[in-house]
Amino acid sequence: MFYREAGDFKTSYIDDSQTFPIKFDRYRYYVVLAVAFGIIPFLINDYLANALLLPFLIYAIAAIGLNILVGYCGQVSLGTGGFMAVGAYACYKLMTAFPDVSMFIHVLLAGGITAIVGVLFGLPSLRIKGFYLAVATLAAQFFLVWLFNRVPWFYNYSASGQINAPERDVFGIIITGPNAPAWATYLFCLIFLSLCALIARNLTRGTTGRTWMAIRDMDIAAEIIGVNPLKAKLTAFAVSSFFVGIAGALFFAVYLGAVEVGEVFGIQKSFLVLFMIIIGGLGSIFGSFAGAAFLVLLPVVLKVVGADWLGWPTDIVAHLQLVIVGGLIILFLILEPHGLAQLWRVAKEKLRLWPFPH
Amino acid sequence: MPEQLVFAMEVILNGLMAGVLYALVALGFVLIYKASGIFNYAQGVMALFAAMTLVGIMNGQVPFAHLINATFGTHIHYFGWNVPALLAIILTMVVMVLLAWAVQRFVMRHLVGQEPIILFMATIGLAYFLEGVADLMWGSEIKTLDVGLPQGINLWIDETTFNIFGYGFFIDNLDIVATVIAALLVAALVAFSQYTKQGRAMRAVADDHQAALSVGISLNFIWIMVWSVAGFVALVAGIMWGTKSGVQFSLSLIALKALPVLMLGGFTSIPGAIVGGLIIGVGEKLFEFAIGPLVGGATENWFAYVLALIFLVFRPQGLFGEKIIERV
Repeated sequence: MFYREAGDFKTSYIDDSQTFPIKFDRYRYYVVLAVAFGIIPFLINDYLANALLLPFLIYAIAAIGLNILVGYCGQVSLGTGGFMAVGAYACYKLMTAFPDVSMFIHVLLAGGITAIVGVLFGLPSLRIKGFYLAVATLAAQFFLVWLFNRVPWFYNYSASGQINAPERDVFGIIITGPNAPAWATYLFCLIFLSLCALIARNLTRGTTGRTWMAIRDMDIAAEIIGVNPLKAKLTAFAVSSFFVGIAGALFFAVYLGAVEVGEVFGIQKSFLVLFMIIIGGLGSIFGSFAGAAFLVLLPVVLKVVGADWLGWPTDIVAHLQLVIVGGLIILFLILEPHGLAQLWRVAKEKLRLWPFPH
Repeated sequence: MPEQLVFAMEVILNGLMAGVLYALVALGFVLIYKASGIFNYAQGVMALFAAMTLVGIMNGQVPFAHLINATFGTHIHYFGWNVPALLAIILTMVVMVLLAWAVQRFVMRHLVGQEPIILFMATIGLAYFLEGVADLMWGSEIKTLDVGLPQGINLWIDETTFNIFGYGFFIDNLDIVATVIAALLVAALVAFSQYTKQGRAMRAVADDHQAALSVGISLNFIWIMVWSVAGFVALVAGIMWGTKSGVQFSLSLIALKALPVLMLGGFTSIPGAIVGGLIIGVGEKLFEFAIGPLVGGATENWFAYVLALIFLVFRPQGLFGEKIIERV
């Protein structure tokens, strides 16, 4: 129906290898970008930004990062919360040490620092794999959170042990702190998300992504046909941590503004992001978006339905949420291990043939 | 004898006791892993669930009381009776067997043949699910659990050590009981898997699923049994930890404590779980005692992991694990 590949001829290699080869996909992509950049900033208010849009944008970045590691390279990591904390604290130290430098540079540098830390903790992946590695990444999670909690240098010796984002701007527009306008914070995160998604999409299509997938599918076989596992695994850890670090920096500086590390970047955060990519779809960039959107929306919907309509106490709603999330994870793993992204692919298949399926 | 050395000895003894409790949790992991190749992350939550169910049954709580009250506007909380500890433990065991059946019937059966890492993630989902169900059933407030186990400082050890070293060691009675029970449990498990028909069938399944199937062993039954045994181990661990520090959410975090024990001891070895538990227990207590004050304390959270991580780099299969052989 709407979705046609027939008649969409390519006459050059450049055309053929573009990011979205099908015309319909490409136009949809432009429309989404236009709405996200051109329309939403004018409609946005504080509630919308803080309850839905900012968490969605930031979690989507983290989910893309983790998806590169888990979905594309097959190295399960439970240390996402710890790496987000690295991004947040790196950003905080940079913001307070160099107040005049643009936030863009701070966030990118925070991502870079996280990438270095990620490579360090990725080194054991060369020796151990599977859930031995998953458990090993827990070492990163616990050690990093402890480090930021206990070493006063990281939180600038503040009495509360918290870190608070000072007011910083980009080109004169305030981005962080309580006075930042909703549209500015939204656009700031959106720009990072767009860049990250674009980089991730193209990395996974190219040589790097293919070596990752070879390692994921069978590491010994990949090694035999000439994939360098050292390079493949460590680049996956570096790129993944870079994205996760950016997400952590944005989560602290733009979204929350004040962070207590054990609470915000604890192991629950690692699981949350892992659930996002399982529900969204392992090994799919679109799946990272879908999973992040789903798990950001779910608590809000449950709160509206459970607490506001049915009048249940909030603790029951919170427990129900655990049951639903846990149940959904199991359901998705049983019924559709490739997540929402695969459902979307199936829907597209059906749409392509509709209304004459035979 | 110098004072520091005496303190260190007390720390080591307490570490050994803590290690036994870690080993107890780790044991549940090893059982399921050996029999089905599933790394059951939900083991800690199963301990929490078992402990909460035990307390709930003993106090005569109405299951799902909060949910029922919120839905129908009623105010029921208790049946108004108290169940004796032994009966409550048996009833809880029945619940754990039912849980084992449900897990097998609704989750694991559909995931046969999936990659181990998918199964691992499914058990993380199961952990969340169980935690939510436990909270909905029995309420999430902190409860005390008392099944009549002795508690408090052991006076005999205190006096004896005071006479020898001039300083009385503080050893909790409960830890001693836990050690004895853990030893009995391990002996019972080893005897079960060596000398009974079901135990042998379990080992056969662990060795090779298909070969076991072809000689007529029912995989479904064995897996339900294994999950039930793991549920039993979880119940014992839940009673120990619940008596020690109250039944609350943090009980489920002991699973996280057991993971480095497993990495150290190897996922497939029961003695490995014990030895690993002891090493971790003593190691983290000694590290906290010697290095902790220098770096700000609370090193217990991560020391075990870092130790296991460093160890794994040199010996990926753990102390007693089977050698990992990989083929294309």
